Amino acid sequence: MPEQRRIIFKHIDSPGYTNDIACYQQNGGYETLKAAVLRKPEELIEEVKKSGLRGRGGAGFSCGLKWSLLDRKSGKPIYLIVNADESEPGTFKDRYILHQDPHQLIEGMMITCFANNVKQAYIYIRGEFPEGARILEKALAEARKANFVGSNIVGTTYSCDIFVHRGAGAYICGEETGLIESIEGKRPYPRIKPPFFPAVLGLYQCPTIVNNVETLCHVKHIAAMGGEAYSKIGTPGNTGTRILCVSGHVKRPGYYEFEVGKLTLGELLNDVCGGPLPGRTFKAVIPGGSSAKILRFGERFKGKRKVGAEMQDYDWGLDDVPMDFDSLAMIGSMAGSGGVIVMDDSVSMVEALANINAFYAHESCGQCTPCREGSLWMKRITNRMVLGGARPEDGALLKNVADQIAGRTICAFGEACSWPTQSFVLKFGEEFKTYAERTKDSSATLATTPLV
Amino acid sequence: MNLSDTTVKQIDEVITHYPVKRSAALPLLHLVQEDQGYISQDAIAWIATKLELQPINVYELVTFYPMFRQKPIGKRHIKVCRTLSCALMGGYKTCSEFETQFNTKKGEISPGGEVTIEFVECLASCGTAPVVLIDDTLHQHVDCAKARALSDQIKAELKAKA
Repeated sequence: MPEQRRIIFKHIDSPGYTNDIACYQQNGGYETLKAAVLRKPEELIEEVKKSGLRGRGGAGFSCGLKWSLLDRKSGKPIYLIVNADESEPGTFKDRYILHQDPHQLIEGMMITCFANNVKQAYIYIRGEFPEGARILEKALAEARKANFVGSNIVGTTYSCDIFVHRGAGAYICGEETGLIESIEGKRPYPRIKPPFFPAVLGLYQCPTIVNNVETLCHVKHIAAMGGEAYSKIGTPGNTGTRILCVSGHVKRPGYYEFEVGKLTLGELLNDVCGGPLPGRTFKAVIPGGSSAKILRFGERFKGKRKVGAEMQDYDWGLDDVPMDFDSLAMIGSMAGSGGVIVMDDSVSMVEALANINAFYAHESCGQCTPCREGSLWMKRITNRMVLGGARPEDGALLKNVADQIAGRTICAFGEACSWPTQSFVLKFGEEFKTYAERTKDSSATLATTPLV
Repeated sequence: MNLSDTTVKQIDEVITHYPVKRSAALPLLHLVQEDQGYISQDAIAWIATKLELQPINVYELVTFYPMFRQKPIGKRHIKVCRTLSCALMGGYKTCSEFETQFNTKKGEISPGGEVTIEFVECLASCGTAPVVLIDDTLHQHVDCAKARALSDQIKAELKAKA
């Protein structure tokens, strides 16, 4: 079994490590920033490009490419926004960075700001992290005092300030253009792309970078070790380390940092997380946050994939799938935000889907009709099923609703809310057909662990 | 509007963080809610004037963002996570236990005014499910026994204050 490689989480939970600037600097903190401001900004961007870093928020988009798309000729100020909304169910990695090691994020941000000539940065932190927001405010005050943030940082002519902006409980603020609307003081209705690509028309219609917390922490380490060295961590095309958050039915849920692609789903769940709970067997797993398509234990995945320069056949069971962006996409799901939710044989898939559908119906912003109505009706159908009104044709009806949402909305929420329904019905169709039978037996309707 | 001096100071400071005043709408709503306990119609009008907006521009935020409320709540605010990872580990039972302990229902103020219990969506601590946010403090692994203990603690703290 591969060992954890803790780069981002090096100090998380380590005894005696505190979240103040003194402790951070005793452990070498801000030395990378001091060195970075002596280099040319373009060199730093080049390092990030070389590193192959892919965004850790969900889409896995190349970080260097994102930066290179910035409109630098407009003459408008450039903004950086940290997406610390961490709202995808099953994801809980950024929480620990924000609470236990906030200066790591601030250092990564300031390097990013310097590299991209950012004039002002904001950290958009979810409203549900009130303590995290206070910790960040305190850390920023410390960093300003030490001249790492603010005017003329570390004796240069470069100035950039960072402010904390708190959300207020809306999942859609994790969508970058919704987030931008939210900072502008509006309802977080996502913007249509084109033309509103943040790199060109972002915050206040100015060029804007929106990066995830973990991504910006990686930038700090890339600046420290060089893009070349970083690119050797992990696997080609899936470089660096990644924090995997495991929740649900395993013996040892929690967060684990591994080189990307160096361990399989089976190793993660059985060896790292200790396997299923006593007397249970694994049934299904959602590998990248609740909107990722569900995978069923016992499935096999066959096809051809690129290994180095050549194409090779693969024939995987679920346990054999490497935990990286490309492999999970290849088998029809996604690595997403790194939130792995595990369900064992005690779970009814109809009830689990009803729980997920309630989430998406609550969180749809309501801007696009297919999503607003579709997410609501999917919730109503699965709720009716669980409450004793299931019919054998409900699976097909659910699929029919879901199929009319994806691809017909302004933002990716349309996909996020339809993928669970589509994949649950596809992989566990039999359970949806026979759920009516199951609920006729009154003893079975009283689930020991209700999900709705 | 009867805001504390600290709140007024924080409001004036936070407005300077943005090149456009409207951006301070969410921060102001948070500050006013923390000060007053909820967002009243007066508060909406006051914030609108402060930021040179129409009241509807503020009102539409209050109705959209789940954390803002237009009515007072109990002395303590118990938010139980409802989403999948917590539900798989017994979050629904945890929530019922709190309701039983305070003889109340979700969304209401308990008869003695002690608490308001709410189901909320993912609190981003899925690895320590089920989780509960009581005011600003996260509590982890809250099964029914722990929910009872936390309820007793809240009751004792409120009694000591009274």
